[in-house]
Amino acid sequence: MLSEIAFYGAIETGLIYGLVAFGIYISFRVLDFPDLTVDGSFPLGAAVAAILIINGWNPWIATGAAVLAGMAAGAVTAILNVKLKILNLLASILTMIALYSVNLRIMGRPNVALLTEQTVLTPWYDLDLAYHQVPVLLFVIVVVIALILLWRFMKSETGLAMRATGANPRMARAQGIATGAMIILGVALSNGLVGLAGALFAQSQGAADVTMGVGVIVIGLASLIGGEAVITPSTVVRALLACVFGAIIYRLAIAFALNADMLGLQAQDLNLITAVLVTLAIVLPGVRSSVINKLSRKKA
Amino acid sequence: MAKRTLRTLIGASLLAAASLVQAEEPRVVAITQIVEHPALDAVYQGVKDELAEQGYIEGENLTVMHESAQGNSAIASQIARKFIGESPDIIVAIATPSAQTVAAAARNIPVVFSAVTDPVGAKLVKSLEAPGANITGVSDMLPIDKHLDMVLRVVPGAKRIGTVYNPGEANAVSLVNLLEERLAARGLELVKAAATKTSEVLGAARSLVGEADAIYLTTDNTVISAAEAVISVGERADILVFAADTATVERGAVAALGFDYYSHGRQTGKMVARILEGASTADMPVETMDTLDLFVNPAAAERMGITLSEELIREAKEVVKSDK
Repeated sequence: MLSEIAFYGAIETGLIYGLVAFGIYISFRVLDFPDLTVDGSFPLGAAVAAILIINGWNPWIATGAAVLAGMAAGAVTAILNVKLKILNLLASILTMIALYSVNLRIMGRPNVALLTEQTVLTPWYDLDLAYHQVPVLLFVIVVVIALILLWRFMKSETGLAMRATGANPRMARAQGIATGAMIILGVALSNGLVGLAGALFAQSQGAADVTMGVGVIVIGLASLIGGEAVITPSTVVRALLACVFGAIIYRLAIAFALNADMLGLQAQDLNLITAVLVTLAIVLPGVRSSVINKLSRKKA
Repeated sequence: MAKRTLRTLIGASLLAAASLVQAEEPRVVAITQIVEHPALDAVYQGVKDELAEQGYIEGENLTVMHESAQGNSAIASQIARKFIGESPDIIVAIATPSAQTVAAAARNIPVVFSAVTDPVGAKLVKSLEAPGANITGVSDMLPIDKHLDMVLRVVPGAKRIGTVYNPGEANAVSLVNLLEERLAARGLELVKAAATKTSEVLGAARSLVGEADAIYLTTDNTVISAAEAVISVGERADILVFAADTATVERGAVAALGFDYYSHGRQTGKMVARILEGASTADMPVETMDTLDLFVNPAAAERMGITLSEELIREAKEVVKSDK
C-alpha cells in the first residue's frame, strides 16, 4: 500500500532527521540541556548552504559551512546559558528567535531555490540507480560516517568528560572537568549536526525556506524517544542507532498515515498523530518496566 | 477460415471492450498544499469546482487526492513522494514550498502549480512564456501597475505609499520588491512596515501613520489574516487602505482591483482540465490572473475621511455595502 517512491522518500527524510536526532541526543540525553535552538539552526544550515551554492561554491564546502554556522548558533545558546546564567530553555528560545532574522539576512529573501543548481546529490544521479534511491544511498553514507565519528568522540576523553558533565555536573566539576566548556562544545556540536541536516534537506528538497525549521525539535524528539523505545540505549552505539531508526520509523509512520485513508485519518490529523506517537513512545517503556516489575515481584 | 475470423472478431471486440473500460477509468488528480489557510483552501475549492464544470465529477470519472503539509516542509516532501509514487494523471501544487518539493522529485508527471507569485525566482520554470518541462501553472503575481493606477486615482496627491508585509513570506517579499520598483518608476516612495506574525500587524500599521499618504496591502498571507488591524488604523488616522484582493474590501478596505483566490483556483482548474484532455505542459505558458473586477466600499472610504467619486462607484463590479 506504500509505493516504492513514498517508501524511499520516507527513508531519505528519516536519514536526514536521524542527524537531527543525533544532535538532540547530545543536548537532551548527554548534556541534559533542553535546546530549542534547533528550530533555528536547521533553516540556518539550509540558508548558508543554499546561498553559497547559488553563488557558485562547491556544494560540499557549502555544506561544511552550514555545519560551522550551526555550531556557532549552538555556541551562542550555550554561552548565554553558561556565561550569562540565562536558563537553558530560555537561552535557546532567544537564539532561535534571533536566527529567524539572521536567516532572512543570510538569504536576502525568504526562499532560495536550488532546483536547477549543482548540489551534493547532482554527481550521484549518474549512478545506475532509480532517481529516488540516490539520496538514500548518499545519506546512508553521511549518517554512517557521522555515527562512527560521534561514537569515537563519545569514547574519547573529552567525550567522557561531556557525559560526566551531563550526568552529574557537581561531581564532574570536582573531578576537574570544565563543565561550562563542555556544555558549549556539546551544544555547538549538536547544532552543527542539525545545520548539516538542514543543508542536506534543502539540497534534496530543491529550496531553503525560512519557515522550514517549524517543529524540527518535536520531530527530532519524537525520533529520539521512539527509537529508544525500540532499541534500548544501553550503550552509545545503541543510542545512536536508536536515533537513526527512530527517525526512519517516524517517517514511515507519517508515510503510512498519509496512506491511511481507510482508517478515516486525514491530512489535518498528522499533528495529532505525532503527539500521540511521542506520548506513546514516552509512556510505553515506563509501563513495560512497571509491568515487568510487578510480574517479577509476584514471582518472588 | 470462418472460425479464425470469428476468433479475430471476438479478440478485437474484447480489446475494444478493454480499451473502453480503460477510457472510463477515473482520472486521478493529486493536490498538495503547504498549509490550510482561507486563501489556499479557496484555490483548492476553485480547482475542484472548475473540474466539475468541465465534466470531471469526483467519484464518477475523477479521483481527487488531497493532502496538506500543515506548514511542515518535511511532510510536504513526503506528500510529494507519496503522490509521485501513485503516478496520478496530474499533480497540482498549491503555494511555493509545495511546488518546489514536487518539482524536486517529479520527473514525468505533469505538475500544475497555483498561488505561486514568482515561479521563475522559485526556479519552477525557466521562463513564463516557455516553461519547457513537465511543470506549468498559474502565478498570482499582481498587476501592480493597474493597482497603483487605482490607488492614485482615489488619492491623486499621494507621494508615499505604505505597506505592511511579512519579510518571511516568499510571495510577499517578491511583491513588495516589485511594488517598490514600480513606485520608484513613478517618482513615488514606498514606506515598508514589517510584521512577522499576525500579532505584529497592528503595531506595524501604526508605524505608517504620518509616514504614508495611503496604504496598499498585497496578498501577504500574514497581513491579510489581520487586515482588520490595518483598517482600524486607517479609520482612526484617516489614511485610505487599499487591498489587492476583493475579500479584504468586504472587510473594510476602500477598494481592490479584482483578485480572489477562488477564481485563481478556477483558472488553475481550467489548465488541469486541458492537460487531462491531452495538452502538454511544455506548450502551456504560465498564466496570470485574467479577471480584474473593481470592488469598492464607499462606507469604508467615508470612515477613512473621503467620499468616493460617482464615476468610480459606477465602474465597480461590486459595491460593498458595509455598515459596521
